[in-house]
Amino acid sequence: MTPLTLWGQALAVEGMGGGESRAVLRFRAAGSGGYHLDEHDAVLIHNADDAEIARAAGVQTAVFVARDIAASHGYVFPRRVSLPANFDYLGDGDIIGLNPRSRNLRVLYRRSSSHNSILVTERCNHYCLMCSQPPRDIDDGWILDEIAECLPLIDPTTRSIGFTGGEPLLEWRRFTRLLSIARTTLPETEIHVLTNGRGFASPEVVAAWAAVGSTKLCAGIPIYSAVDHIHDYVVQARDAFDETVLGILRLKDKDQRVEIRVVLHGITAPRIVETCSWIARNLPFVDHVALMGLENTGFALANQDLLWVDPLDYRSDLTAAVGILSSAGVKVSVYNLPLCLLDREIWPFAVQSISDWKNAYLPICGTCAVRDRCAGFFSTGRMRESRGILPLPPESLPARLSAMER
Amino acid sequence: MARFLPEVAFSHSSADDLQLLPLRFERLGADRYFLANMVGDGLLLSSDELNRVISLELAAGDGLYERAFSKLLVSRKGQRSQLQLLALRLRSRMAFLREATALHLFVVTLRCEHSCPYCQVSRRSADRERYDMSEETAMRALDVALSAPPQAIKIEFQGGEPLLNFELIRAIVEEAERRRGSLGKAIQFVITTNLALLTDDVLVFCRDHSIQISTSLDGPADLHNRNRPRPGGNSHALAVAGIHRVREALGKDSLGALMTTTEASLDRVEDIVDEYVRLGLDGVFLRPLSPYGFAIKTKQFAKYDANRWLRFYERGLRYIIDLNKRGIHFPEFYSALLLKRMLTDRPMGYVDLRSPAGIGLGALVYNYDGKVFASDEGRMLAEMGDRTFELGDLATDTYRSLIMSDKLVGLVSGSMTQCAPQCSTCAYEPHCGADPVYHHATQADSLGIKPLSGFCTRQKGIMRLLFELLEGSPEDAAVLRRWAA
Repeated sequence: MTPLTLWGQALAVEGMGGGESRAVLRFRAAGSGGYHLDEHDAVLIHNADDAEIARAAGVQTAVFVARDIAASHGYVFPRRVSLPANFDYLGDGDIIGLNPRSRNLRVLYRRSSSHNSILVTERCNHYCLMCSQPPRDIDDGWILDEIAECLPLIDPTTRSIGFTGGEPLLEWRRFTRLLSIARTTLPETEIHVLTNGRGFASPEVVAAWAAVGSTKLCAGIPIYSAVDHIHDYVVQARDAFDETVLGILRLKDKDQRVEIRVVLHGITAPRIVETCSWIARNLPFVDHVALMGLENTGFALANQDLLWVDPLDYRSDLTAAVGILSSAGVKVSVYNLPLCLLDREIWPFAVQSISDWKNAYLPICGTCAVRDRCAGFFSTGRMRESRGILPLPPESLPARLSAMER
Repeated sequence: MARFLPEVAFSHSSADDLQLLPLRFERLGADRYFLANMVGDGLLLSSDELNRVISLELAAGDGLYERAFSKLLVSRKGQRSQLQLLALRLRSRMAFLREATALHLFVVTLRCEHSCPYCQVSRRSADRERYDMSEETAMRALDVALSAPPQAIKIEFQGGEPLLNFELIRAIVEEAERRRGSLGKAIQFVITTNLALLTDDVLVFCRDHSIQISTSLDGPADLHNRNRPRPGGNSHALAVAGIHRVREALGKDSLGALMTTTEASLDRVEDIVDEYVRLGLDGVFLRPLSPYGFAIKTKQFAKYDANRWLRFYERGLRYIIDLNKRGIHFPEFYSALLLKRMLTDRPMGYVDLRSPAGIGLGALVYNYDGKVFASDEGRMLAEMGDRTFELGDLATDTYRSLIMSDKLVGLVSGSMTQCAPQCSTCAYEPHCGADPVYHHATQADSLGIKPLSGFCTRQKGIMRLLFELLEGSPEDAAVLRRWAA
């Protein structure tokens, strides 16, 4: 189980200039020529035929994923990038950001994926015990410029794009400008932002967010407990609970979409019934609640003794929590947990939520009848196996759903 | 590698860091208290736990701090979110105040062909000239009703038996429909009738104008006919036949039935409920007698007290819950109403159970003689010679002069539970309401002394029962939660 490579280093970059400015490149398949190429477009060259077609069409920028072709045909293109073989999955419409001097690159967008998530910053004012993307206190403001350049290149038929961090609201003025660009260039695309929501305690930030004026925009905000000190402990920041709850109230006061996200681990899972009862009573107007299995990577590995809990051990509490929310009319989903660990009655709430690039199944899943509908596992980090994992027999397919599939 | 702070670094350091939020409590038993927050949900606690919360002897991790915090009973000093949540929820619960006077009752006649000894409106058996509403009066009443602010209003025809003056109902409905378009109003009509005089003409008219029917059914034939005598002794047969005809002509959802509890009903709650189920009605409203009209004169009201009625109610509620557990969706409507209050913050403007009271602000009653009353019970009192709740006369008054009258303002502001003795400290207050007419009728004081109030005894009894059922039995709680959904 290995995740897809989303960042790395090019083997060679030539003709792209050597300054500090980064390049954003959109890949185009060589196809049969006849291109309308943007200055950001780079044509993918897999073989000699591709190279010939591109040369005839006057292509300026070429990308090679096979080293021998780069060597034999590279010279015909003024600008060229050569990538290692683990990037061979990239195709037409995909976008990367590249530093020509260091040759460092990251994949910004994959057109074939429904899980595009763009990192906005590595800085954060939280230090969550289970953070899968441990924050770094660095000056990475250039990322926002790169995203601004990338957004107009994204296929406007893309259904959804996520922004994540770090904490995107630390640079809220620049970030909300980015959202305004996305609203213009991607008017039909759902924009989902992962934020700790504390910035929204400030009316100024909420006003800027609401001014984006998008009905496709949703803030995904974590609340780990109905109790202040427990939430603050999980995120390692005093007063976080107070500001996050205030922020949610201010967002909803301006009719903005809000999703509450609860990651289930050793501190949050034992209280999940209390937390969801509190949400049902106090925040029933949020647009969605996601109850999420833990991704065992980043800080979660360092804090394993504290955080690891077999989902089997909170199974019935999770069922009760889902029932409390859904009977209060709150839309609720269960993320990141395989079906064999969930009570059958909450299967309709389970979502195949793990991003495609880090989603995997176990060998034992090969004979499972519901594998195609199952969230599966994270291939990142170090997998901890539940006692409850087992392949389910065909008769476990609920009649209603399986009838629909036929 | 990362350095993480321990749990203790995020908790308060002493009681000085904490503050109590507005709270109230009720003793349920020797060592059992219900501690409620400002919007009426809360915790069941022992007396030791109650004392620890009140004195803020709470430590992070002791379990009690976590319960009290998540129920909005305590907060850390300087925190804003706890108070904002309470404010938001209170605002939602009180939002019914934005819609003033959505209900308009037209007493189109006081005449009735029934002679129920418990009649609370003091019906008359003759003298059409004197006890029927005139068309002129009706049109003035309609002027007032249509000048009330809500976009959607309900006009309910009351009696006596309204079908004895059906031509007037016809005239009012047609005129209201002529005028509603230009006013941009939605109007729902309801006729409250015993169905004895139902005709095909009435049914056709009701169907064509989407008029709903509310009727009376006190239980099986022997009980119903004993409670509701009429010439021929056939009230039950006519009511049942009428229920079937109405449902057939107007659809199942267009009819509701209400029961009234007499002394003869007290041992027969199962029979009553069974009769409602047998007739395919969608639930039952177990209602006590009110202290007005013939119910006082014939001493029907005095034949049972609030505690006897509560025993009847509890037995009935448990019986109904068992029916629901067997898969029949059949709510007791009064519990359903209270449960919506207890389990959600949806605004509930039910006119008989709100504070500020629903008199005038929730409903106006246009009497057959042109007098305007603040509630249905108010005009019942007037037939007994007490005109305390008479707000004015259609000959001279407007909606504004009625609603802004010193009399109404005085009665409403003087009866608010939020600041009434005994109510303001009651844990159930957020789910309850002011009933100035009842307390005026029984104690000659619109506020009333609550420990002497049958209304208060019943309210507290039912709410306590519902809390116990919600806490005590997951199966019962599941049924009750469905009713509130």
